[in-house]
Amino acid sequence: MSDTTLDAVRSIIAEQAMIDVAEVKPESTLSDLGVDSLGLVEIVFAIEEKFDVTVPFNANDPSASEFDISSVQAAVDGVEKLRAAQA
Amino acid sequence: MSNRRVVVTGQGVISSLGLTADAHVTALREGKCGIGAIELIPTENLTIKIAAEAKAFKGEDYFGRSEIALRDRVTQMATVAAKEAIAQSGAVFDGALGERTATILGTSMGGQQTQDENYRLVYGEGKTRVHPFIVPRLMANAPVSWVSMDHGLKGPAYSISTACASSNHAIGQAFHLIRSGGADAAVTGGTESGLTWGVLKGWEGLRVMSKTACRPFSKTRDGMVQGEGAAILVLEELERAKERGADILGEIVGFGSSADAGDIVQPSLDGATRAMRAALSDGSVDPTKIAYVNAHGTATAMNDRTECAALRDVFGSHADSLSVSSTKSAHGHCIGAAGALEMVATLSALGGTVPPTIGYEEPDPDCDLNVVPNDAQTRDVPYAMSNSFAFGGLNAVVVVKRWDGN
Repeated sequence: MSDTTLDAVRSIIAEQAMIDVAEVKPESTLSDLGVDSLGLVEIVFAIEEKFDVTVPFNANDPSASEFDISSVQAAVDGVEKLRAAQA
Repeated sequence: MSNRRVVVTGQGVISSLGLTADAHVTALREGKCGIGAIELIPTENLTIKIAAEAKAFKGEDYFGRSEIALRDRVTQMATVAAKEAIAQSGAVFDGALGERTATILGTSMGGQQTQDENYRLVYGEGKTRVHPFIVPRLMANAPVSWVSMDHGLKGPAYSISTACASSNHAIGQAFHLIRSGGADAAVTGGTESGLTWGVLKGWEGLRVMSKTACRPFSKTRDGMVQGEGAAILVLEELERAKERGADILGEIVGFGSSADAGDIVQPSLDGATRAMRAALSDGSVDPTKIAYVNAHGTATAMNDRTECAALRDVFGSHADSLSVSSTKSAHGHCIGAAGALEMVATLSALGGTVPPTIGYEEPDPDCDLNVVPNDAQTRDVPYAMSNSFAFGGLNAVVVVKRWDGN
């Protein structure tokens, strides 16, 4: 499950950042990958669509959001937590 | 400052007739018609199945995915037309000129494609979330903001929404702003892309749409035909344009506007008359100098009759010497972009070829002017006028003068 979630999140981020999926590593931060604030909001939306979850993300102050998107792995962990809560 | 003059140095167009200003003007002169069967959306539940769609315009030909994510079709058209206009003008807006350049665009409905599609998703399909960029995509000022951002235009910038008169009001405001010293240049015009199922349903409801064709001034006319497109002009203060050796396409000399303060849809003779008189007076133009009028000419029974009567009131016996055409017969009624597309037609007439009113079938005694039926006419056009009379009784008229080198 974890690998699947990781792969899906990596491919969402790669698409938004317009880079090869191989460049999206678990430890990468979104700013490392050149994602700007609008791109971040698009990634959150794409994650919601893909996993059918509601991501508690506040674009006013992303670092204060419940959903940690400081790195690719943090986002994957967050998605898994949301899916577990739903199950 | 009071003697500052304002000239047009660039134009760009996206319309059903073509994807450049030249293509638009050539098609108008040749009497080509951009109206046809609607192809860009399904029409099975529409009773009106014709429109002037800019079928050849595809956003993917001009923009990457991340740009399209933020630009509705109405913005895509405006920004492509603006790029053409600015390239033609040769003006460079970096530094001080950028801060002294205004951006004023007309658009009546904003990002309708975005609104329509997302209303369908949430109301029709029960989706509970939408793409994050719906608001920046659909807001009515998105086109003007993107034009200013694309070219670093940092002066006064806003959009004007007065239905069918939006872009004439925009051009008039830009003209007055430069003339009064509030700006040295302006990128102005209008854009509209509202050929969506929801918008067309609304127009069907009003029962003013033709199912067959747009035939302005013809006895057989039976309503308007919607269109989409954008036309953008670069205006500059004359001395600045001359100094840098710009090609001058025409001079804007007068702008007049008025409100009917009458009916929300029925046009008024008085309101139209006052707007035309105000534009002539603003430019100190003797009415007998006007050779061509690009009419509002929507092809509704009422508009065309009222407009012809207003022209007779304003011009008296000179009305019989005017060439009066409605190019909506060719490019459809592009609502917020109408005045700008028609200004490109009006400027082209200064070159001596008056674009025709196509689709003309039979004279109407209530419209007994030279309406340039079906074929272009060649004549001397030192001055021309472009009329826009909007729903809501908001009228805007622009008068232009041929550039003869002084």
